[in-house]
Amino acid sequence: MQRIGVFICWCGSNIAATVDVEKVAEVIKSEPGVVYSANYQYMCSENGQQLIKQAIKEHNLTGIVVGACSPRMHEATFRKAAEAAGLNPYMVEIANIREHCSWIHKDMDEATEKAVILVRTAIAKVKLNAPLTAGESPVVKRALVIGGGIAGIQAALDIADAGFEVDIVEKNATIGGRMAQIDKTFPTLDCSACILTPKMVDCAQHEKIDILSYSEVEDVKGFVGNFSVTIRRKARYVDETKCTGCKICMEKCPSKKGLNTFNMGLNTRPAIHIPFAQAIPNVAVIDAEQCIKFKTGKCGICQKFCGVGAIDYEQKDSFIERQYGAIVVATGFKPIELTAFNEYGYADNKDVITSLELERLMNAAGPTNGVLLRPSDGQHPKVITFIQCVGSRDTSGCGKPYCSKICCMYTAKHAMLIREKYPDTEVHVFYIDVRTPGKNYDEFYRRAVEQYGVDYIKGMVGKVYNENGKLMVQGSNLIDNEQITIESDLVVLAAAIEPEPSVRKIATLLTASIDTNNFLTESHAKLRPVESPTAGVYLAGVCQGPKDIPETVSQASACAAKVIGLLAKDKLKTNPCVATPDETMCNGCSQCANVCAYGAITYVEKEFRLGGGKTEIRRVASVNPAVCQGCGACTVTCPSGAMDLKGFSSKQIMSEVDAICKK
Amino acid sequence: MQEVTTEKKEFTPNIVAFCCNWCSYAGADLAGSSRLTYPANVKIIRVPCSCRVNPTFVLKAFQQGADGVILCGCHPGDCHYVTGNYYTRRRMALLYSFLNYMGIEKERTRVEWVSAAEGARFSAVMNDFVAQVTALGENKRLTDLRVKEGE
Repeated sequence: MQRIGVFICWCGSNIAATVDVEKVAEVIKSEPGVVYSANYQYMCSENGQQLIKQAIKEHNLTGIVVGACSPRMHEATFRKAAEAAGLNPYMVEIANIREHCSWIHKDMDEATEKAVILVRTAIAKVKLNAPLTAGESPVVKRALVIGGGIAGIQAALDIADAGFEVDIVEKNATIGGRMAQIDKTFPTLDCSACILTPKMVDCAQHEKIDILSYSEVEDVKGFVGNFSVTIRRKARYVDETKCTGCKICMEKCPSKKGLNTFNMGLNTRPAIHIPFAQAIPNVAVIDAEQCIKFKTGKCGICQKFCGVGAIDYEQKDSFIERQYGAIVVATGFKPIELTAFNEYGYADNKDVITSLELERLMNAAGPTNGVLLRPSDGQHPKVITFIQCVGSRDTSGCGKPYCSKICCMYTAKHAMLIREKYPDTEVHVFYIDVRTPGKNYDEFYRRAVEQYGVDYIKGMVGKVYNENGKLMVQGSNLIDNEQITIESDLVVLAAAIEPEPSVRKIATLLTASIDTNNFLTESHAKLRPVESPTAGVYLAGVCQGPKDIPETVSQASACAAKVIGLLAKDKLKTNPCVATPDETMCNGCSQCANVCAYGAITYVEKEFRLGGGKTEIRRVASVNPAVCQGCGACTVTCPSGAMDLKGFSSKQIMSEVDAICKK
Repeated sequence: MQEVTTEKKEFTPNIVAFCCNWCSYAGADLAGSSRLTYPANVKIIRVPCSCRVNPTFVLKAFQQGADGVILCGCHPGDCHYVTGNYYTRRRMALLYSFLNYMGIEKERTRVEWVSAAEGARFSAVMNDFVAQVTALGENKRLTDLRVKEGE
């Protein structure tokens, strides 16, 4: 005979304000099988859990239902409490009467009635629960970091420092990411390269870190603790083990007209090149589309001049497969394309540039050696106008609905640096709002206004057009309520940032959730902000949402802490809710194996008694519980209804349906 | 001012929603934490994946007196179990034609993709589905004809 206990949580007033919790607990008392029913302010609290534990012992409960918040929140808490009281943790069901009831309904009667039904449904299910025991699977003590920007670098260093092997997979020829392109960082005006490149070198020299540059993740199999990842090592046509980074090939290469992508296309570079001076690894790469040897078959100059024989035109993409216990995604961002913003004349005017292009123009290692010259004629710009929120906070569909978060601060930085270096320059900033939350951020912005005399104009720009070689910026000044036109020499657009497009493929491979803006979704916005809902996958940097360098570094270190916690374990508990065939019903038709995405189902020959001393040998399905992920695809496919899923059995779900429909 | 109440009670459909644990159930949670309302007659059953939902569960719901059944899963390509929702899509397409054959309006069932980040969409989908089923009225076509206790 089942002895069910029901525990209704008030969640302070979160549930109790709309659901009459006492009434729910009272009504439920008369449900068949229920021997105990209680309500308490906070079931998840120490006292609440104590109440549950005591009731389990005192009333000899065989199963419990907790009417509380989402099981995604506290199912684990209550399972642990049950286990501590000697009840199998899988004899616990949660009725979600907060997210799915009290928070979305306003009418108390209606919400109370629904809460009763939800609790009844959970009771119906728990009556059919069976005690389950989690299996164990080993943990591969190695982590993969996808993306070698500051997020990936920080995560890798922290994990490696704890003594675990880490591989960084970076799609570009060097690690460093966006931070390597930035000139100075706010709010301290540190030189970006000066604080980044030592970390890059640390990565290269760390005995536990393996940098796989110019490589991409091709395929991911497996699960937490045991991912099997195929990595494509793209052909760079230069032997990484031989190249010394002497750059003679770059000098001799006759094809020097390739756009320098590191400098945002503002100057050119040879077909064989090292992206920038402090690149890690300091190894050349050939752009095959630009290389004369690849286009015509004639040339081979770099090969001739390479002293160590590192050039290999025959190199092909190669694939390696490695095992990892945990994966950190740190794929970063890019500025959005500005094709939808013709009004700013970005495509038509060389002197309308993006902020990232300005970073390169201000950088000592950039195309102008750090002297601010406008791209069209190489003259010093005297009037510079910044336009904020280009594509950010844009609900028109052209841009992005979110705030890119970093633009207000970097524009203040740019304005300040320009006024510092060229005090005769006039600097205007068009803004919608100035958003500067963060330590020393608002002070920084105020310095730009008060100390450096940057002209901040609240208003939006209607258009930028060229008149007699001058850029006319036409906008509104909302404070003075007037239309203004500023004759400018250079216009800088604070383009919105978006996740690197490659993140989509990675999200699909990792089955990690992604939102409508292509940002990866965290497991819980507040409590599990660096974990993906997919176990063993962690998120660092802008791939999860817009953020600046300090936040990115903190998040990366947080990821590392999570990864270290995981890799420190020798074994992980596996989900016991796996598929299980009824061998007497199975006819070995193979349909279930066909739909299994994990290859968890194989077939075995088994002997069955037929009666009268006779036996027969039949082929039946066999599920590997360590591989099965418990999706249930096979259960529905099985034509004989032999396959069922533990924890979500057909009977359990049917009884839930019954409970909901019962009038 | 008090509204005049009529004798006839307004029809509120009973709706069963199957939500996959990874996307839609989380989307429903987000709708909750964002306080985005939808009618109380939607009751959610959590399943690991939308592909766990056997079409017979849908039929069972109609048999037991549900007026509408909605299945929610991850967007195609984003399934936590790689391909589960593709099976759901195919199975449900078949179920639609079977429902037609049975004389149940296929508008009483629906498959929707709602991600964990789409709380607003979850609420919108539920409001829309409830309105759709309300317009169809009570579902009476399918009943359990077995002899019941006490009959």
